[in-house]
Amino acid sequence: MEAKAIVVTSGKGGVGKTTTTANVGAALAQLGERVVVIDTDVGLRNLDVVMGLEGRVVFDLIDVFEGRCKLQQALIRDKRVENLFLIAASQTNDKTALSESHMLETVQALLEGGFDRVLIDSPAGIETGFQTAASAAQGALVVVNPEVSSVRDADRIIGLLEARGVMEAKLIINRLRPAMVQRGDMLEVDDVLEILGIKLIGIVPEDEKILISTNIGSPASLDGSVKSSAGTAFRHIAQRLRGEEVPYLNLDSNKGPFAGLRRLFGGA
Amino acid sequence: MFKFFSRNRSKDKLKERLKLVLSYDRAGLTPGKMEELKAELLTVVAKYFPSTENEYDVKLEQQGDRMILVANLPVSKES
Repeated sequence: MEAKAIVVTSGKGGVGKTTTTANVGAALAQLGERVVVIDTDVGLRNLDVVMGLEGRVVFDLIDVFEGRCKLQQALIRDKRVENLFLIAASQTNDKTALSESHMLETVQALLEGGFDRVLIDSPAGIETGFQTAASAAQGALVVVNPEVSSVRDADRIIGLLEARGVMEAKLIINRLRPAMVQRGDMLEVDDVLEILGIKLIGIVPEDEKILISTNIGSPASLDGSVKSSAGTAFRHIAQRLRGEEVPYLNLDSNKGPFAGLRRLFGGA
Repeated sequence: MFKFFSRNRSKDKLKERLKLVLSYDRAGLTPGKMEELKAELLTVVAKYFPSTENEYDVKLEQQGDRMILVANLPVSKES
């Protein structure tokens, strides 16, 4: 993906935006990019705990917007991964503190300051939080679960992204359960692609290791961390963002749900 | 890949439901409003074709990027 500022969004809550931001961000940094991940969910700070950086938060995004600190001071360096930084969400303000112009300024300053990629973790919904998160983005990762509410909300969010001029939107199908797909009780990848009509960039299976990774505060995509099929999938997404063609994992040994996959090779 | 509808795969039902609900969402129309539209359309058509039958169908279709309203209104000409 050409876009350097990417919003991670979904519409529906709880489908894996924060997990995606943390894991793809970490994987990109491990691939050599200078990455900052930003949590824009004002009042409901999550990206910090998912990454295990909660003890290091001093200043947050709203402190930056309101001039209580320099941008540099709000950047939390991840000690495990070279070139990975976090800007935490404010925990005490509410969404009235958000500002599209400040968001734009902040992201521009980060890119001019040497960051290769800015991943913006959007809150759920379609209102101020999402609007602010999307305002500074040129690309989007839309996270969807193969279930009714998530697909409906993803459709809406895709429309809103287009309306905002965020032109490069790619889809991540998260929490896929191959056994359920095989039984016909969960939408297949092709079904979701047919309905939503945007290009795929990743398929992430349901994986208990993700919960374990958030328990310990270490993104599953990090090498040497808990071995995880979801972690691997997130690493592949990072690779595809960088233009590599990475074949999609065969998640089911009987080839059941993926036999119909028309696109076996992914690219960004 | 065969679609075994007789096996009642719940995801097939979902796919149909999603296609329908999304056609409404994308057009910015609720199913309730659609019913109103149908009724009003029929009233207008009935002015010109008084013997319009009751078997009519009005639906939203996706054609590429566009939403199209398609109405099938069988009318009989009185001779």
